[in-house]
Amino acid sequence: MKQLADILKEIRPEFDFTTSQDFLADGMLDSFDMVTLVSTLDKTFGISIPGTDIVPENFQNLETISALLRKCGVQA
Amino acid sequence: MNFTFRNKRISGMLAVVPARELKFLDEMKNFNAPEGRSRKLMETMGYDRRRLVEDGVCVSDLAVFGLQQLFDRGLLKKDEIDALILVTQTPDHLLPPTTNIIQGRLGLGKDVLCLDISQGCAGFVVGLIEAFMLLEQEEVRKVVLINSDVLSRKASPKDRNIYPLIGDAAAITILERDPKPSVIHATVKMDGARNETLIIPAGGMRLPCTPETAQLVDVGDNNLRAKDHLYMDGSGVFNFVQTEVPGVIEEVLKRSGTPIESVDYFLCHQPNRFMLQKLADKMKVPHSKMPNNVVERFGNSSGATVPIAIMINLAEKARGSGFLACLSGFGVGLTWSSMLTRVEQLAFCEMIDFA
Repeated sequence: MKQLADILKEIRPEFDFTTSQDFLADGMLDSFDMVTLVSTLDKTFGISIPGTDIVPENFQNLETISALLRKCGVQA
Repeated sequence: MNFTFRNKRISGMLAVVPARELKFLDEMKNFNAPEGRSRKLMETMGYDRRRLVEDGVCVSDLAVFGLQQLFDRGLLKKDEIDALILVTQTPDHLLPPTTNIIQGRLGLGKDVLCLDISQGCAGFVVGLIEAFMLLEQEEVRKVVLINSDVLSRKASPKDRNIYPLIGDAAAITILERDPKPSVIHATVKMDGARNETLIIPAGGMRLPCTPETAQLVDVGDNNLRAKDHLYMDGSGVFNFVQTEVPGVIEEVLKRSGTPIESVDYFLCHQPNRFMLQKLADKMKVPHSKMPNNVVERFGNSSGATVPIAIMINLAEKARGSGFLACLSGFGVGLTWSSMLTRVEQLAFCEMIDFA
């Protein structure tokens, strides 16, 4: 979870991602940030997050992103 | 809808791109976002350089320039052309049809059938289908298909969702009968219920352009856009492509009895690198079989991107012994399409600068 928070911090350094439950509603991530995040996660964990899973509900908070990573075979 | 065509072929391709090249790194300051975020976006999406028309340049200008080159070089004769099809979202005028303007400027014969089709990123396959249907007529020997847009003129320079990806171009494709036995399969699907996913709200009869529709409005994420400008629901388009496009490609493969491994290249519309990589991964197609390098060099020029992908990656093969290609487009409408065809022995397959 900390590694994930660090990755998010690198994309949007101005926010603290450990305090929000809805990154998109809180204006911390936009659709392009989601794309950047997916690309970074793919490279970091050696996976390819399916395009059909790149939907807002999977990027709401650290828990939903962690669940997505687990679904893609990443050990949390 | 499914289509099957026999004994038809693509016999030549020429693309016209504006000489004016813009670099994403120079444009970053226009987008109300920190440089670091723009650079990350650039790396992921493949934004680098793109070609845009100068103010006032229209689709007919690009098309006439390209066709005149073909006439001058003896690659096409005026009296061979029986039909002119233009697929565009950015016609010169609401009326007359832009194909009539092209016909008049080039002095083409009065027997030439001129057809404008309002389609965009799926429009290469849609245009090919129309051309092949015309070639079913005995009297039609050669059809010229033009896919062209100057969408940069309808994109807000302050909209990071749209502006950095747009390119302008015209692709001219010549279609005729194939002396050899050949079969081409195609599929097109449309969903008008999602017509607002890609839309220019003002400028038609529903909402004519006014000073109010030209006013830039903050639409979130620091982007400014007017109702006169192109709007794209980026997430909606992404999800649509990942969900719908594999099915329409599988459809033509299934109908033709072609295993996916037998296709040499998947030549898809080029919205951005990321979307195409995800599409290739979903279809378990090696990235090397699905080129994604058009946006980084020329921008997304709507229906012209598939021909441009062929020209910059496979021109030599296309002029020679060829390859089995699965063509696919997806975009406004919403519309998504695919076609399985051989591309071989083209008389020409090249790109020229419009100056």
